[in-house]
Amino acid sequence: MTGFLETQAIEKRWGHGVTVGPITLDIASGEILALLGPSGSGKTTMLRLLAGFETADGGRIAVAGEDVTTVPPARRRFGMVFQHYALFPHLDVGENVGFGLQGRGKGDEGRAKQQISEALALVDLAGFERRKVHELSGGQQQRVALARALAPEPRVLLLDEPLSNLDPALRERTRRELRDVIKRVGITSVFVTHEQDEAFDLGDRIAVLNNGRLEQTGAPDDLYEHPANLFVATFVGRANVFRGAAARALGSAAGNGVLVVRPERLRFADAGLPGIVRERRYTGVAAFFLVEGDDHQRFEVLAEPDAAQVGQRVYVEATRVIAL
Amino acid sequence: MIGRLRNTDLAAVALTLLLAWLVVYPILVVGADAADGTAVRAFVTRPGEWAALWASVWISLVSVILAAAIGIPLAFLFEWFDFPGRKTLGALIALPVLLSPLVGVIAFLFLYGESGFIARVWRVIVPLLRPSLVGAAMLTFMTALGSFSAPYIFGGGFRVMTTQIVATKLNGDLPLAMVETVALALVAVLGLVMLRRTEGDDILVALGKGIAPRPRPIRRASVRRLTTALGWGFAVLLLLPHLTLLLVSLVPYGAWTTEILPPVINFENYRRLFSEAERLRPMVNSLWMAAVSTAIAVALALGAGWLVVRRRVAWRRVIEGLLALPWALPGTVFAIALAITFSVHAPLQLRFVLVGTAVILPLAYLVRALPLTGRGILASYRQLDPSLEEAAASLGAGRWRTLARVTLPQLRPGLAAGASLAFVAALGDIVASIVLYTYETRPVSIEILSSLRLSETGVAAAFGVVLMLVSAIVLGVGARR
Repeated sequence: MTGFLETQAIEKRWGHGVTVGPITLDIASGEILALLGPSGSGKTTMLRLLAGFETADGGRIAVAGEDVTTVPPARRRFGMVFQHYALFPHLDVGENVGFGLQGRGKGDEGRAKQQISEALALVDLAGFERRKVHELSGGQQQRVALARALAPEPRVLLLDEPLSNLDPALRERTRRELRDVIKRVGITSVFVTHEQDEAFDLGDRIAVLNNGRLEQTGAPDDLYEHPANLFVATFVGRANVFRGAAARALGSAAGNGVLVVRPERLRFADAGLPGIVRERRYTGVAAFFLVEGDDHQRFEVLAEPDAAQVGQRVYVEATRVIAL
Repeated sequence: MIGRLRNTDLAAVALTLLLAWLVVYPILVVGADAADGTAVRAFVTRPGEWAALWASVWISLVSVILAAAIGIPLAFLFEWFDFPGRKTLGALIALPVLLSPLVGVIAFLFLYGESGFIARVWRVIVPLLRPSLVGAAMLTFMTALGSFSAPYIFGGGFRVMTTQIVATKLNGDLPLAMVETVALALVAVLGLVMLRRTEGDDILVALGKGIAPRPRPIRRASVRRLTTALGWGFAVLLLLPHLTLLLVSLVPYGAWTTEILPPVINFENYRRLFSEAERLRPMVNSLWMAAVSTAIAVALALGAGWLVVRRRVAWRRVIEGLLALPWALPGTVFAIALAITFSVHAPLQLRFVLVGTAVILPLAYLVRALPLTGRGILASYRQLDPSLEEAAASLGAGRWRTLARVTLPQLRPGLAAGASLAFVAALGDIVASIVLYTYETRPVSIEILSSLRLSETGVAAAFGVVLMLVSAIVLGVGARR
C-alpha cells in the first residue's frame, strides 16, 4: 500500500444486472490519473464513487491511509470540477470561489478574500471577483470551476470530462493550461474522459475501463505499446487486427494468435502481405493508406504521402507487432 | 450507506402518510359515514337536493358558455390586434383573477346586485384568454362547480350544492350534509375524468400559458377606434366593481342614501378598521393563519420535491397525486370532511378534536395550499441541475447549508409564486372559514359577511379594499423575477 488514493475492489451494482467494478486502483500523491473508456463503461460511476455521490456496494476507498468509504461528500475534502461546471448562477465569481471557504471555523474575512484572489490568480482570472457567472465565456467558466474546487485546498481533485464543453480549437490549449495548474498545485487528481488524446495529454497514467471493468492501468506509452488485451489495443490508438493467414504473413510466430499492428508500424515493401490500395487520406506530414488484402480484410498503413497510389498493388510488412 | 438509504424511505413513508392523513383520510371518513341508509334515502327522495345538484351542474355549464361568449372575443381582441393602451388594459383585465375571489364577489354585489352569473363568468375569463379552449372550458366548469362565495352572497333563496351543504351542516343535519358532500365530490371527479380525457395530461395544464401570435396593428382609423373602444369597454366593465368597492369604502356609515354620488367621502371606515380592536382582530387572524398555513405548505412541498425529483422514491406519483388532490375537489367537500373528521376524539383512528381550536382553520388552509405550493416547487425542482447541490456538498456544505445557500435561492421563482398564491387564497378563503371558524379565530371573510349582514357596507368595502391591496402586493412580490 504505497498509494495516496486507493480503491480496493470498489463496486457499484445498478439494477438489471449492471455492475461497475470491482475496481482496484492505486494513485500516487501528486499523480494525475485518467479514467478512459467508451460511454457506459462505468468511468463516471467510478468518479462519483470517489466523490461520495454514489454509495459503494462493496470494497473500500482510502485517502492517505484514512478509510473514506462511508464519509459523505461534504466531509471527504475532495474537490470536483463538473462537466457543466455547476457554478452557482445566483452568486458572483468571488462568492462561487469562496463557497468552500465558509463554514470552516471562524476564519477572518481577510484570509478568505486572500484565498479567493489567490485561487483566481492561479487560473489567470485575477480581479474577476465581482463578475457575474453568466457573463463569462465557456473557458472562463471552466477556470472559475477549477479555482472554486481548489480554493479550499482539497486532498484530491476530481474532474468530470473537464474539456468536453469547450470548442475543439480551445480544447488543446486549455488542456495544457489545466495540466500546468494541477502540477503547480501538486494535487492528486482523477479525471474522466472518453477521448484518448485528452487522456494521453493530461494524464500521468491511464486506467482503461470497459463494461464496468478495469481493463488495464498504465502510462500512455505502456498502454500503446503493450496493451493487455484486444479492447485496450483497439480503443487506445489506431490498430489493425490480423488473424490466421494474414497474421502469419506478417510474421506471427504462433500459428493462430491474434496480431495487432499500429498503422505506423506497417510499411510498403517488395514482399509480404499482398493487397490493393483503396483509399488515401492525406494528413500533411504523412498519409493513411487503406489497403484491402486478398482475403478482403481492410487495414491502414501510415506512410510518406507519395508512398503509394490508389489502385496500386502493394506488399506490406510489419516493423513491430503486438501478439495477443 | 444503507442507513442513509433507509432514511430516505422513512422520510418518504412519513410524508406520504402525513399527506394522506391530511387530504385523503377526511374524505374517506365522510365517505364511510355517508353510507348511512336514512340520510341517503333522505337525499334521494327530497326534490330540493336534486334541484341543488342539478343547479350546480347547469349553472356551471352556462358559466362555460357565457365565459366562452365573452372570453373568446376578448381573447381575440387582445391577442390579435394592437391598439392604444392594449398592454395596460391586458394587465388590468388579468387583475380580477389575481385578486381574492371574495373581494371580487363583494365588489359585484355592490354593482350588479342579484345577478350571480356575471361574477362567475368574470372569474373565469382569463383562463379563456389562453389558447387551450377545451381545457379552459373544463377549468371553468370545475371552478364554477366549486364556487361558493358567489352563490352564497348573491343567491338569495336559490341553492346550489356548495351552499346547500353548508346550510344543511349549519342546520345540524350532519348525515345529510355528508351525503351531499359525497354527491358533489362525485360530480367533481366525473368532471375531472372528462378533463383528463380532453387534456390527456396534467389537470393543471389548462393553467399553462399558450403562445400567442404577434399582435397586428390595425390600419383603418375607424376600425382602430372601434377596437380601442371595445377594449376599454370590456376593461371598464371588468374593473368597475373594484372601483365601486373603493368608492363605497370611502363613504361613512349611513351617509349615502338616495344621491347618485356620495355626499361625503373620507377615511372614517379605514380609521374604524384599524383603531377598533374587535375589527382589527380578524385582520390579524387572517394574516397569521395564512402565513402559518403557507409556511407549512411550502415546507411539505419542499420535502415532496426532494423525495419526488431528487431521490425519485418508488411511489413518487402517489406523493404528487396527494399534493394535487385538494385542487381537484371543491373546497366545500374538504371543509365538511375536516369538520367531521376532527370533531371526534379517537386517537387510535388518528382523529382529534380540532374543530373549535385555533388549529383547524390553518389546517384547512394548508390542505387548499398544497396544490399551489406543490406545483410551483416541484416544477422549479425539476429544472434545478442536481450537480449544483453536489457541487455545494463537494465544497464542504452540509445538507442545511446546501438547502439555504443553493437549493432555496434556485427554487425561488416557483416557491415565491406558489407561496404567494397560497397566501392570497388563504387570506380570501370563505368556504372553509364559514364551516370551521370560531369567534376567536374569525377571519376577514367572516367579518365582511357579518358587516354586510349589519348593513355596514362601508366597513365591509374597506375590508375588501385592504384584502385586495394586501393580495395585490403579495402577488406582485411573488411574481417578481
